[in-house]
Amino acid sequence: MALSEQEILAGLAEIVNEETGLAADAVQPDKNFTDDLDIDSLSMMTIVVNAEEKFGVRIPDEDVKNLQTVGDAVSYIQSAQG
Amino acid sequence: MATENRTKVVVTGLGATTPLGGDVPTTWQAALEGRSGARTLEHEWVARYEIPVTFAAEVAVRPEDQLAKVETRRLDPSGQYALAAAREAWKDAGSPEVDPLRLGAVVASGIGGVWTLLNSYDVLKEKGPRRVFPLTVPMLMPNGPAAAISLELGARAGTHTPVSACASGAEAMAYGMDMIRNGRADIVVCGGTEAAIHPLPIAGFAAMQALSTRNDDPAAASRPYDAGRDGFVLGEGAGIVVIESEEHAKARGARIYAELVSAGLTSDAHHIAAPDPEGSGASRAMLFALESGGLSPADVVHLNAHATSTPVGDLAELNAIRGALGKDADHVAISATKSMTGHLLGAAGALEGIFCVLALHHRLAPPTINLDDPDPAVDLDVVRKDPRPLPAGDIVALNNSFGFGGHNVAVAFRSV
Repeated sequence: MALSEQEILAGLAEIVNEETGLAADAVQPDKNFTDDLDIDSLSMMTIVVNAEEKFGVRIPDEDVKNLQTVGDAVSYIQSAQG
Repeated sequence: MATENRTKVVVTGLGATTPLGGDVPTTWQAALEGRSGARTLEHEWVARYEIPVTFAAEVAVRPEDQLAKVETRRLDPSGQYALAAAREAWKDAGSPEVDPLRLGAVVASGIGGVWTLLNSYDVLKEKGPRRVFPLTVPMLMPNGPAAAISLELGARAGTHTPVSACASGAEAMAYGMDMIRNGRADIVVCGGTEAAIHPLPIAGFAAMQALSTRNDDPAAASRPYDAGRDGFVLGEGAGIVVIESEEHAKARGARIYAELVSAGLTSDAHHIAAPDPEGSGASRAMLFALESGGLSPADVVHLNAHATSTPVGDLAELNAIRGALGKDADHVAISATKSMTGHLLGAAGALEGIFCVLALHHRLAPPTINLDDPDPAVDLDVVRKDPRPLPAGDIVALNNSFGFGGHNVAVAFRSV
């Protein structure tokens, strides 16, 4: 069953918190992973792989660079869930 | 040798996480009380792999209780121990104000990130390459702990990782001392770390019959110089010291524990793992430490021996001490603290350097436990059961560390 945007956001925030120690409520749709959350490319790869596992989706490397904000990632995961 | 004009190097901060405690004061107190850090291992892998040795000396305080979760995720356990110890040492030194370009980090490891390496291999086999953690390489590389400390403190004078098996931690202190003497740094954070209580190293050490197999009584297993010794007890942890030029330390009003006078480094070229039974390489290391420090054998009142509790190694070292110090060996109070801590491999030389510094600072040599029935070949003065007071005045302590590969390192400290 596909998850709602809110559920994906909450799950993603949990992954980001686990990886970076950032408070989960700092992970909001308008936040840019690099500029606002200070997440480097290595951490981003870990977050992507953990998100793939958690949400049962596949996020090819070439698509990762388009995921600039948390909102981008939530939308991507939602549509990838089909 | 010109020792008069050399930069004096002093020890101003101490940090450790060990099988005896999560910091230096707890570790030192436990050592004075003669406690053992060895325990039966309570991990499912002991039974899964039918590991022949079922005990070790694990760190007393888990790094999860000392570091942030994100730090434990991004560092191999060897890096975690080093970071915890470095923070303690830095704070103990008074968190010095220092130009980052004049601050160095030299942190050794004998084995490196073996947990990360092997766990990541399991992930690769079970889940495929995409699931391999992106920080796997920086976590497993042996210089990872040194780099983590360099990043933590902003050390930019140079970051180094000597690798010489169980002599690594002592070699790091020697290297740090040289950095200050060569004018590269005013302060160096140096020491060693190891986290190798993993089934593979245990199986490997057991296969070479290096480990004690006293599974029924772990606390009695590490017994240097005892007739019943049957191998070493694997330990883990980190020891880190802050050293600096005396001038720098005095200018900032730092508390000085002891002087790091000199070091002697030699190699055996005898056998890949076995010590030279005559101990000539070890002897040369001690002599070189004394000579290069302008010291004489008569100055030495205390020696923290490498003494891992192996049948051959312990006696070879005593021969070496006798060879280096001659008659003066008789008035040296020898402590074998691995009887309590187990063998911390690449961290051993650093932790035992800290014990030497504290022995000089408190004028108290820690005991050697489990020495119930001394080997008849032991003809030197080993401190047994209770700590031994050391004399007043200018006194010198030596720390010996030797490693597979024939590495010999002796480090000399002097009271202040």
